Formats: sequence, structure tokens, C-alpha cells
Amino acid sequence: MASQNPIAPSPAAGLYGGSVFANVVQAPEDPILGVTVAYNKDPSPVKVNLGVGAYRTEEGKPLVLNVVRRAEQLLVNDPSRVKEYLPITGLADFNKLSAKLIFGADSPAIQENRVATVQCLSGTGSLRVGGEFLARHYHERTIYIPQPTWGNHPKVFTLAGLSVKTYRYYDPTTRGLNFEGLLADLSAAPPGAIVLLHACAHNPTGVDPTLDQWEQIRLLMRSKGLLPFFDSAYQGFASGNLDADAQSVRMFVADGGECLTAQSYAKNMGLYGERVGALSIVCKSADVATRVESQLKLVIRPMYSNPPIHGASIVATILKDRELYHEWTIELKAMADRIINMRQQLFDALRARGTPGDWSHIIKQIGMFTFTGLNTEQVTFMTKEYHIYMTSDGRISMAGLSSKTVPHLTDAIHAAVTRMK
Amino acid sequence: MAVSVNVSRFEGVTMAPPDPILGVSEAFRADTNDLKLNLGVGAYRTEELQPYVLNVVKKAEKLMLERGENKEYLPIEGLAAFNKVTAELLFGADNSVIQEGRVATIQGLSGTGSLRLAAAFIHRYFPDAKALISSPTWGNHKNIFNDARVPWSEYRYYDPRTVGLDFDGMVADIKAAPDGSFVLLHGCAHNPTGIDPTPEQWEKIADVIQEKNHIPFFDVAYQGFASGSLDADAYSVRLFVRRGFELLVAQSYSKNLGLYAERIGAINVVCSSSDAGTRVKSQLKRLARPMYSNPPVHGARIVANVVGDPNLFNEWKQEMELMAGRIKNVRQRLYENLSEKDKSGKDWSFVLKQIGMFSYTGLHKAQSDHMTDKWHIYMTKDGRISLAGLSLSKCEYLADAIIDSFHNVD
Repeated sequence: MASQNPIAPSPAAGLYGGSVFANVVQAPEDPILGVTVAYNKDPSPVKVNLGVGAYRTEEGKPLVLNVVRRAEQLLVNDPSRVKEYLPITGLADFNKLSAKLIFGADSPAIQENRVATVQCLSGTGSLRVGGEFLARHYHERTIYIPQPTWGNHPKVFTLAGLSVKTYRYYDPTTRGLNFEGLLADLSAAPPGAIVLLHACAHNPTGVDPTLDQWEQIRLLMRSKGLLPFFDSAYQGFASGNLDADAQSVRMFVADGGECLTAQSYAKNMGLYGERVGALSIVCKSADVATRVESQLKLVIRPMYSNPPIHGASIVATILKDRELYHEWTIELKAMADRIINMRQQLFDALRARGTPGDWSHIIKQIGMFTFTGLNTEQVTFMTKEYHIYMTSDGRISMAGLSSKTVPHLTDAIHAAVTRMK
Repeated sequence: MAVSVNVSRFEGVTMAPPDPILGVSEAFRADTNDLKLNLGVGAYRTEELQPYVLNVVKKAEKLMLERGENKEYLPIEGLAAFNKVTAELLFGADNSVIQEGRVATIQGLSGTGSLRLAAAFIHRYFPDAKALISSPTWGNHKNIFNDARVPWSEYRYYDPRTVGLDFDGMVADIKAAPDGSFVLLHGCAHNPTGIDPTPEQWEKIADVIQEKNHIPFFDVAYQGFASGSLDADAYSVRLFVRRGFELLVAQSYSKNLGLYAERIGAINVVCSSSDAGTRVKSQLKRLARPMYSNPPVHGARIVANVVGDPNLFNEWKQEMELMAGRIKNVRQRLYENLSEKDKSGKDWSFVLKQIGMFSYTGLHKAQSDHMTDKWHIYMTKDGRISLAGLSLSKCEYLADAIIDSFHNVD
């Protein structure tokens, strides 16, 4: 963990005109969340926010799932409900149900009590706690992350105490997976190294390995003893099917090996601001899992003591009730379907416009995001001239698009591609 | 192809010991004895020893439900409405630091999370500085600084001979520390001792901190809960602000609003200029993002609704007075029972002089263990009892146990 800005304490502690904080510089806005900040400032009536990955309805509004509202009603109106501290590991029901959701209820790892699951603050918190645990207890302190990956990944792991390297992932020429490069880079990794894998709907590219490719990745990783660390932020949200979106993870667990999984309910249950997630560590034995859990508590206690109850209670209420669960799967599929629909509409519109280039990646990629292939200059142009807000790597959130805004986006892309190279 | 690793990669991971504070409740739950009493973790209990959700909190939650607000990500720094009211509550809305925009406030994960953000900030921007913490202090303070890689040392605080404050020791140790240290101070209701400096002593503490160019770092977990008055409990913080210090304050709403599990608090940094405040805020955000991205919305909305509505705010103040009042009554009863039943002439008045949720009984580890093993009374090994977990009806039993443990265990 480098001290990036070594600052000496100012000699005058603020009382005689100088400031203790004289040498603290203004940090730049977070590149992803900063997009929304910029969007909010823009007065243009035609502005579109395709920055942060938060689902929007066809009317461009945030969505709280009906099933979430119903669960909340039940909770708030329950007179026996209290706000006592959760255990450090979080809400027990929530942990069990989350593990079942990702690994499958019949997973041998669960049957054999080999999974240590702790409630964490959404995906970010789960990744950070997992990273800190590995930095303390695992012999290999290097984590390989795909190139590109979610902008926050390198920071999370670096601050957790790991050293971050990358493996090839995205091929700009095909706008698909650089599978050869991926295999070569993982083959070259030191035995035992940690490898971050996006379980489905890779962020930012939307490019996922096929099941065959996953199998090859699994074989390679197991032969080199590489430790998988899954980031599962879109289960059910990518294809519309919870089991399908968990297949990569389950493949690895089925072979009896160990892995880490960070789960988030931000998107698939629309619980963004409630910060609900879970970290699961699948171990070789129940005894190891118990010891691992005890050490996870030592990471969590000095970070925030115990996790927030509200979001986890909502999730547990839904997952444990058959009717609510079923309703959830329907609402989840509707969200996934709307996004798939937006992909098709944008693709059709660009083709109809005759915009130069092959835009089929828009319908081949999966999940909330599309890696358009647009470069930084083109993105800046689109923001300035068309008030399209997106991250500078060319990523757009399909969840922020609607039938009404597809034409405007098409115009913007067309202009950017034809006027700027 | 079979997995080549048959031994776990985590085989060498050892079993961690249970948390000394939170582990007490676990042990209590496992005890089947009828007489058992949980005086471990500091969570308020009613006279019936039940958890308590404040009426204003229930009202606020119902309002929130009716409004049907969305669950979008908060900004990294948290809910703006919450940040505004929390700083005003702490410093006073008319305080110049607020009027002049000199406070950087970030919503944090209750007290712990706010302390951790501050510690991470200290590590990054003051890598040569160390933290000074009281001896004793809340057990988790050391863990927080350790994990944030901020070196720390202790200043004398508790005097076992008087069961009171070792004021001279405190001042001497703060004076002996290297210039520019971060001095962790409990705003009110010191945890675990319940012993607070007097106003005169606070002034002298401020003098030595000023002399050494130290930076005051307040942990305020009990504003309103200690005396029953929000303003009275903010006295020490406001004194330092009045004297012109730049300082840090971590706040928690776990106890005073009973929002324990919602994890709602804030880190406030008072700077000498609004420009410095802006820069500091931006760097705190940069530390929060790789930790949890942005904080949970539910507890923040509850606080904003309660503090922001005059009726709810007044109602809150009344409920808080009741909670603080119950604890004072319990202190009084315990003191009376101890004084009546103990024939040794020992002075038990420290029970009345101490303030807040906790009392440092003066029992050492073996005696505390005896409290548990013989009397099924659960407390932390440093002799701390949580009066919030005591009912009037159990005071006599507790008094018997304390007297027995104090006199009969070495």
C-alpha cells in the first residue's frame, strides 16, 4: 500500500493561520459516479444518463421492485421487529439463503458446511473484505484482474493489501473475448495466484466466455492451483435466469475446489442504496470454513463492526417466501428482457441509419453494459454536442436507455463515428 | 480432471478468538441459567430488559414507506440531508464553522465506520503521525488504528485508586507525545469507564493540545444519551471548536436514536477554511469508494426525517431523556444497594459520578470472570458493565455479585 501523497503534518495546527490540511489536495471525481454528477449539472432537456449502472424503466425512472415494497411493508409493520446489532457476520438467514442462491440449494459445498458466508456492503464491501482476508491469510498476494474491468476493482484490491496484475480479456478488433490471450496470461501466472472472474455480464464489456470456454478456464486454473474470486453482481439480471447466470460459479464449485464469491443485490433486487451483498468462501472442509469465518470477523469488526440490517432483511424476506421469490423472478426477468430489447432497438437503429461499422456486438454482449468501441474523443464529443453521459472508456448502460432515447443516442453515435475517428 | 489441490489453501488459518465485547452476548445466549444477566454490549434495554425501538423511529419509517422513496445509490459522501442535520446537531446550527462552510461531513457506517475512514485519512495524509488513545478505551479503537496502519500509544486516563480520572497523568502523557499527534477524546460518557473530564479539565486538556500542535479527534457515540441533553453532551466538542482548533469528530446514532443495526454515523472534519474542507471531503470520498462505494440509505433517511421535523425532533428529545433518565435511576438504585449491603466501608459513589451507559466497576479480569462463572452475569473482562442492560429489579442481585467478587476473589 504505497503512500501516494506523503504529507508531513503542518507545523501550525490551524490556530495561527496555517491549516493542518494545507497539503491535502482536491481529489478528482470518481470516474464512474462523477458521470452522474456531471449529468445532474447539465440543464439540457435532451440529456441522457448512460453512466452508472442503475436500472431505469422505459419512462427513465428508477425502479423499486413491487416485491421489495411488499417485503418492506411486512418488515416495517412487524411490531416485534428490533434494530439490535446484527452479528459481525450479518443476518444468518440472509447468509444461508444467499449461498443457496448462488451455489444452488443442492450444492455439496453447502450440504457439507464447507461455505463461510458473511453479509457485506454490496459487491464492493464483499470484494474488499475478501481481499483483506486473502492479503492476511493467503500465501499468494497477487490478484489478476481482466483487462478491462470495473474501474473500482484495482483500488479495492490495492487498498486491501494485494498486488494487482491484469490478464488479457477484451479484444477491440472483434469486440469480443480475447480467449487466447486470457489463457496465455493465466498460464503464465504464478501457481496459486488469485484470479478475479466476472461470473456473468462482464463489466464494462458485456462479453462473457461461453460454457465451453469457462470449462477450459476452469481446467487451466485448477491445474495451476489458481484461486478463483468471482464477482457476481448480475445474477438473474444478465439472461433473466438465476441458474443460468450462476453456471460459471457452480462449475468451479462442482469440481470440489475452493473459491471466493462476492454477491451483490444492488441490481437484481434493485437494492442499490441499501448496500446488500455477501462474501462466500468455499473451503475444502467444514473445519477450515469455521476458522475462515472467524478470521473474516476480525477483518470486519475494525471496518464497520457489523453490517446494516435493512437491505438484508428485505432480501431474506423475499428469498424465504415461495410466493415472493416467484414474483421476484418475474420482475427480474422483465428487467433483463427490457435491456435485451434496448440492445435490439439500438442495433436496428444504427443499421437503419447506415452508421459505419459492425454493431453486432451490441446484441452479442450481455448484461447492463455495452462496450461500444467508441474512443475517448468520440465520447467527449457525444457528451458535449449531444449531452450523452457515459464513461470515457466507451461503456454505456443499456439500463439507462429507453425507446424514446434510442433515436437520440443513434444520432450521437452516428455523428461521433462519421465526424471523428 | 480431478482437482490437484487436496489440502485447503486455508489450512493454516487459525481460529480467531471471539470478539471481547460482541462475544459476551454470544456467551450469554448460550447460558441456560434463569438468573443470567447481560451487562456486556452497550445496547439500551427497557426496564423489562427488552430492546427498544424509539417511537420517533417507527414514525419516521412509516412516513418513509408512505412516501415510497427510491433506493438509488447515495453519493459516496452519503445523504445530503443527513450530512447537513448531523453537523448542525453536533456543532449547533448557528456555529460559525457551519455558517462558514468549514466542516467536511461524510456519512459513515456508524461510529466504527466513521472512525475507520478518519484513520485511513490520517494514514494517507499524516503518515508520520500517531494516534493517542486513552488507557483504557473502547476495545475496537486499537483494532481500527491497527488495520488502518496508524501507530498509536496510550495516555493515562483511568485511576484505579480513585476509580476516577488520572488527570495529571493524562496531561503529562499528551504533553510527552510527539507534536502533531492525533488525540482521541471521548466527547462524553467515556467508554468503558463512564468518567468524563470536568469543564475546567477540558480547558486544560485543550491548552496542552494547543501547545503541542496536536489534532483533537473526538469519538461522539452518546450525544444526548449521556446527560439527556444534546447540547450539554456536545460541550467538549464545541469548546474545542470555539478555541479555533481544526479537529475530527466521529458520530454515531446507534445509541441515541437506537439505530444500532442500521449503521448510521458520520465523520466531520472542521477545517480552517471552506477550501480545505472541500479538499478534505474529496479525499475522504476517495477512501470510502474502495471500501464500500457509498453508504446505506435507510438509517440516514430516518435520522434526516427525525432531526429535520420539529415535532419528531422534540419527541426524540423526550424519548432520549427517558432513556438517559432510566440509566440514572438504575445508577442510583445500584449505588444504594451497594452502600447498604457492603459492610466494608468501601466508597461506591463512583457509580453515581460516572456518566452514560457504562460503569467501570474496578473489578479486574479474575473478578469479572467470577461474576460470570458464579453469578451468570455477563460483562467485559475489563470490569465494564452496561447499565443499559440493568433493570431496577436486578440491582440487588448485581450488588450482591459485585460485593462478592470484589471482596472474595483476588
